[in-house]
Amino acid sequence: MDAGSCNGCELEIHALNNIVYDLERFGLRFVASPRHADVLLVTGPVTVNMREALQRTYDATPAPKWVVAVGDCALDGGVFAGSYAVVGGVAKVVPVDLHIPGCPPTPQQLLSGLLALLQTTS
Amino acid sequence: MHAFATILGDDKAVLQPDHRPWPRYQVDEAAWIRAAHAMRNGVCTLVGYWGEAKQVHLALATASYDALCVLSLACPEGHFPSIALVHLPAARLERTIADLFHLRARGAADLRPWLDHGRWAAGVGAAPAGSAYAFLPVEGESLHQIPVGPVHAGIIEPGHFRFTACGETVVRLEERLGYVHKGIERLMAGASLAKAARLAGRISGDSTVAYAIAFAGAIEAATATRVPPRAQWLRGLMAELERIANHLGDIGAICNDAAFSVMLAHCGLLREQVLRAAEACFGHRLMMDRVVPGGVATDLTDAGAVHIEALIGEIRRCLPPLISLYDNAASLQDRTVGTGFLRPELATRFGCGGVVGRASGRAIDVRRRPSYPPYDQLAFDVPVLMQGDVNARVWIRIREVECSLALMTQMLRRLPAGPLATTIAAGDNAGSPQEGMALVEGFRGDILVWVRLNPDGSIDRCHPRDPSWFQWPLLETVIDGNIVADFPLCNKSFNCSYSGHDL
Repeated sequence: MDAGSCNGCELEIHALNNIVYDLERFGLRFVASPRHADVLLVTGPVTVNMREALQRTYDATPAPKWVVAVGDCALDGGVFAGSYAVVGGVAKVVPVDLHIPGCPPTPQQLLSGLLALLQTTS
Repeated sequence: MHAFATILGDDKAVLQPDHRPWPRYQVDEAAWIRAAHAMRNGVCTLVGYWGEAKQVHLALATASYDALCVLSLACPEGHFPSIALVHLPAARLERTIADLFHLRARGAADLRPWLDHGRWAAGVGAAPAGSAYAFLPVEGESLHQIPVGPVHAGIIEPGHFRFTACGETVVRLEERLGYVHKGIERLMAGASLAKAARLAGRISGDSTVAYAIAFAGAIEAATATRVPPRAQWLRGLMAELERIANHLGDIGAICNDAAFSVMLAHCGLLREQVLRAAEACFGHRLMMDRVVPGGVATDLTDAGAVHIEALIGEIRRCLPPLISLYDNAASLQDRTVGTGFLRPELATRFGCGGVVGRASGRAIDVRRRPSYPPYDQLAFDVPVLMQGDVNARVWIRIREVECSLALMTQMLRRLPAGPLATTIAAGDNAGSPQEGMALVEGFRGDILVWVRLNPDGSIDRCHPRDPSWFQWPLLETVIDGNIVADFPLCNKSFNCSYSGHDL
């Protein structure tokens, strides 16, 4: 879910679905609801206006669940850190299991991160 | 005669020095109201409207964009005459001015907060904490509401859509945005040029090149900096790569929302090839931070030029069969033709730029007019259609991809040699603060950036205005009378920015 990203990370997450990266061959796919999810992929510095939505999306995801914070903003707010409108990182709202850095991370970096998560959790 | 003479009226409007390239006038309330009526009558187009402490600014263009100006009105009492009262497209911008600068638009019909959700620290916003947002009332028999968002079922940005439907037919859509407001304008205030440029490149990540060019353009205008020709042409190349990547992604995504996923697969592959070319040539798939104030940060090597030539050839080879696939799939045409009709007069009244405007007859492309390098030296078409439906918005994108390919071919052939950047000579202005404005055609439409510099060369005030400001309100109108299931098509064919709008 997008918690305040500039939309850069979303573009590269989208690319995971194209026929080059073909995410589904790894047994991973995007679902339409947190109720169907095992992993929450969260982008953005977490805006103050999205804090509650992030918390509620996390709460709606059935356990066991994992949170992957995507992009430099999701770590600590990135270039938006210090703003009155920004919480400053996903971990300030929900527990984070993995952070994939980059502005934005490339599809390859995203894939490596997700595959690493699969290995450590299986 | 001066294009804005009727608005400015007598000698009360004071021309401000050191505002470039278009003039800025300090005006009184009478001129302010005349400007509102000029916009309502279609003599002028609203291109920007923003506030700062005790002052509001209005950027206007003539209907053909051959002249622009900025009007500034002091509001020492904390209020000013509402433009929206006369000219509705100003409404959300006025609500934002109230949210961020506590300046009230006198007489405005809609006083609800917009970006401010009542959640920021005390004293920042104007909305009362904890109050529920008052959606407009909808009354009538057999109506039901469908609230959607802010968290959506796809990989898209957050926003809230409140549909009121009668059976399957949408009778009203009300948008609520502001979820991704990051306080970018305040982060920019006092920031160094380098820090502000990084922020500008992250206002809307899909338009990072266009925003970086607009920000750099405003800084260069303010400081009267002459950008080396090679840098201008490389900026053009990057801007067209960005446009093609986004248009290809949108064409595929629109078809995918009509359950025609094979187009998404093909277009997704082409988009990937564009991003890989961008990475190979400029070192970043989205080309973030490659355009900097004063020039560009990366040169194009001979090998890079060959790479782009090959990419142009590949897209030229792959696109025609995709176009005919789109045009000959009856089940797809059934979804896109006649769906989400935007009336041309509304596109014009709202100053709606980009694909959305040009698919509804509005022949405005700021690369053409007022223009900027390198486009002032290049030949290119501005495709325009009158149909105003989802299909027309797909076709404008297809034609614009073709135009961008032709533009890139010209740029590669005529790319001038020389330096990549020059130093910004900020702060050597003894008199009034240096101010600049730029208008750049991103893939969504015209992006406006206005800046005022501090004497030390840092940013005093920067206002970036996304094209989506004048497109989002129209999405509410095009869904009227369509079925709920066609909303994704309407929405995707607009592809407005949330981040660029929420700022």
